Amino acid sequence: MTATESVAETEATPDVHEHPSDWAYVKIAAILAVITGLEVSTYYVSIGKVLIPSLLVMMALKFWIVITWFMHLRFDGKIFKQLFLGGLFLAGVVFVVTLSTFQFWAS
Amino acid sequence: MATATAPAVATGGHEEHRTATGMSNTKLAMWIFLGSECLLFGGLISSYLLYKTRGSGLPVPTDVFDIPFTSVSSFVLLMSSMTMVLALSALRRGDEALSRVWTLATAMLGGVFIGGQVYEFTTFLREGLGFTTNPASSAFFTLTGFHGVHVALGITMLMSTFVMSSKGKLHQEQSETLEIVGLYWHFVDVVWIVLFTVVYLVPA
Amino acid sequence: MAIVEKPLSIGTSEPVLADRPLGVLTRPKGGNGWRDWLSTVDHKKIGIMYGVAAMFFFVVGGSEALLIRSQLAVPNGQVLSADPYNQVYTMHGLTMVFLFVMPLAAAFANYLIPLQIGARDVAFPRLNALSFWIWISGAIFLNSTWLVGGGGADCGWFCYSPNSGVVFSPSHGVDFYAIGLLILGIASLVSAVNLITTVINMRAPGMSWFRVPVFTWMMLVTQFLLLFALPVITVALFFLMFDRLFGSQFFNPDTGADPLLWQHLFWIFGHPEVYIVVLPVFGIFSEIIPTFSRKPLFGYSFVVFSGIAIGFMGWGVWAHHMFVSGIGPVSVAAFSLSTMFIAVPTGVKILNWIATMWGGKIWFATPMLFSVGAVTMFTIGGVSGVTHSLAPVDTQQTDTYYIVAHFHYVMFGAGALGLLGACYFWWPKIFGHMLNERLGKVHFWLATIGMNLTFGPMHILGLQGMSRRIDTYSSGFGFALWNAVATIGAFTIATSLLVFFYNIWKSKKDAPNLPDPGPDPWDARSLEWMLPSPTPEHNFDEVPEINGLDEWWHRKYGYDDDGNVVRIATVEEAAQKGDATNVHLPSPSFWPLVVAIGMPLIGYGLIFNLWLAVPGGLATAGALFAWALEPADDPDAHHGGSHDDHEAPALTGADTNEES
Repeated sequence: MTATESVAETEATPDVHEHPSDWAYVKIAAILAVITGLEVSTYYVSIGKVLIPSLLVMMALKFWIVITWFMHLRFDGKIFKQLFLGGLFLAGVVFVVTLSTFQFWAS
Repeated sequence: MATATAPAVATGGHEEHRTATGMSNTKLAMWIFLGSECLLFGGLISSYLLYKTRGSGLPVPTDVFDIPFTSVSSFVLLMSSMTMVLALSALRRGDEALSRVWTLATAMLGGVFIGGQVYEFTTFLREGLGFTTNPASSAFFTLTGFHGVHVALGITMLMSTFVMSSKGKLHQEQSETLEIVGLYWHFVDVVWIVLFTVVYLVPA
Repeated sequence: MAIVEKPLSIGTSEPVLADRPLGVLTRPKGGNGWRDWLSTVDHKKIGIMYGVAAMFFFVVGGSEALLIRSQLAVPNGQVLSADPYNQVYTMHGLTMVFLFVMPLAAAFANYLIPLQIGARDVAFPRLNALSFWIWISGAIFLNSTWLVGGGGADCGWFCYSPNSGVVFSPSHGVDFYAIGLLILGIASLVSAVNLITTVINMRAPGMSWFRVPVFTWMMLVTQFLLLFALPVITVALFFLMFDRLFGSQFFNPDTGADPLLWQHLFWIFGHPEVYIVVLPVFGIFSEIIPTFSRKPLFGYSFVVFSGIAIGFMGWGVWAHHMFVSGIGPVSVAAFSLSTMFIAVPTGVKILNWIATMWGGKIWFATPMLFSVGAVTMFTIGGVSGVTHSLAPVDTQQTDTYYIVAHFHYVMFGAGALGLLGACYFWWPKIFGHMLNERLGKVHFWLATIGMNLTFGPMHILGLQGMSRRIDTYSSGFGFALWNAVATIGAFTIATSLLVFFYNIWKSKKDAPNLPDPGPDPWDARSLEWMLPSPTPEHNFDEVPEINGLDEWWHRKYGYDDDGNVVRIATVEEAAQKGDATNVHLPSPSFWPLVVAIGMPLIGYGLIFNLWLAVPGGLATAGALFAWALEPADDPDAHHGGSHDDHEAPALTGADTNEES
């Protein structure tokens, strides 16, 4: 067991962190709810050309908040983040290229 | 050392592990699996985007969306992520009863979401948008259906942990089991965050 | 808990008894006989089962190949009419890719990865069994289409739409294709998650990333490719299945669908799939060539990094399969460039293998012959592959026999020959006796000559304009000579396979009269050779501490004052004895098998009658719950008989891992 730890030293971060309090989680959920409200409001209020970019920014923000706080990527081992974001990034690139070959963005 | 031969559940169940990286096998496996799921939903979402205007003269999903209704069910799913994380937090403190309450709340919010989806689908069907209507509708129902199946599986897992906890088989030491179910649940939630924007809010 | 080392430290640990499980489920106990194979969670037994099943399907796919070659042997062949011909070549491709090459690589991955990284098993032994049983149930399902589906799929292995629709393919063959590949995909996905976790988390103390053997490295890259490629084909297969069974409109051009969507989704999976087939044999070459050259692998880090680079770049070249599909000049130019670039890391590897042999004391034993032969064949297949990156050339060659020649040099020349060489190399480790060298060399030469006779002439046929997938040709086309040669070659390959099977039988029969191969018959370099042959059930008596790359070699050899290599320990001194007792192994389980049995039933249900899916769904779901509720292991089960002595010698490095 001491031996295994010698490997652990060279890579990775054991699970030592303070978990956020319940109150912190509630606040985060409130932030998420507010952003969702803003998203939905774009359906009622016309904001012109910035509509799609702002929707995508708000989406990315919510996504990021959930994976970093609720899924603990802020505190957890780096390798989890690398694996997940690796898949996410690969999916993004591959499918953006695919849609590009259909000249999707022109339409 | 986790010599304990406590009952394992499908998602794991031991708190201490000695591994080369110091991380638990089951948690690592779940994150690897979620990385893979990104490609699954990536394929489904881009297929929908490609097809969303292809209606062959019949209604396409964007014609029949009820944004206020879907906003409510999106909000419900978002809040279920909060209850999920509170359930885990309670179990980590050793408050099993509170953890069960939040777990049950999460499953019920998920159930409300599924119910909303069933209602939405039947409404669309009445308005002439069926699974076989056109490429746009096929892609829409497949995409949201896959997400719905993921939610339903998540509810099954939550209820299983709820039953385990009720029978006294899920204690503070096994909080990782709940954490892993939670990871899956939050992932299903972030997928919906993307779907809600890309499918529903971005105009055709 | 996969592996609980019962005595965790000397004398202090009390045996911890299990809580009563929920329900009344218990784990089966290990034993001998057929039940043991059905419920085993031992990575070695699972590896052997993968290997045996893969060889069976090699015979099936090979028979289909012989049918194809018999039909094409002479102009206007009469062996198969057009429709069965389409089915046979489709099933040949599917069988060889999904039921032979991939599972044979999986066999070695299962058997060797835990041994090479110094682990007692994979991270999730029951999931490992699940992968195998799902794979075999998918394989049987896919082939059952001959009996109950009205014939095989007839759309080629990439099954382009709208050819794959009910209009053009009215039998159930394509349904079996879609659902069969979905089931096989689940198996591979589970296996990928399991093996990635294993390599990341289960390495022995001291085995940092740059001490991991190259075979394990390449398998790791392969598993990542599977992990990310399978969901994409899953999406495509669901679309196809929904179109055919439930009338959705994904690939129906009449309602505005775009058949190119299938091509993209298929090849986003399909191109990484090529590397899924070939990277494992790159790993095998990188183990065998240094061993038989008596030299360390030249440029270990280059080989590893180029493997990773191939893994990444493999995602950026898929549309080179679609240069004639009308994807537009910009896309063609971009994918043409990326395809040229991917040749670079592959070339790096070939140079490394050559440089490893350079100046080495080469021993041309059978495994080495196969590896050198396979690298050579791969070079030919790779060079013809690069020619396709030039879109104008590709346009000329698409759907001709030139393509068939190219990918068979890669798939058979590199993939199959490399894996067969691996059988010779690791046979003594797995079964405890050597394969006959003389017969092995006959096998090698027959296979290599046969493969060049079969696939070499196809280059010429392709350039002459013979279409791929054509069921016959007229005598005036000038195709007759080279087709006849190719058919002779195919039967030569079949003969070589018979020699291999004879070798397996004869070597087993002769084994008692021959000297024991011992732990390390080839004077090899990686950890698996530290163990007795065949590998004991518990793998390592004591988990080894790793001090460098090629750990096992460095335990045998050191350097004298002048820097010369000198033997410092005999194999007998350095190897483990395999006599540890009281190693607590994961208990077997029947549930993986039950989960897997449900899946083809669901498949038949979707195709024929949804009611059939009910028992299948119940079996799978019920077995999953039973799995979750069965106790992690049987506290009374010990390796090596009943040892009640819980104060047995401590086993260092006693990693515990939960089982799932």
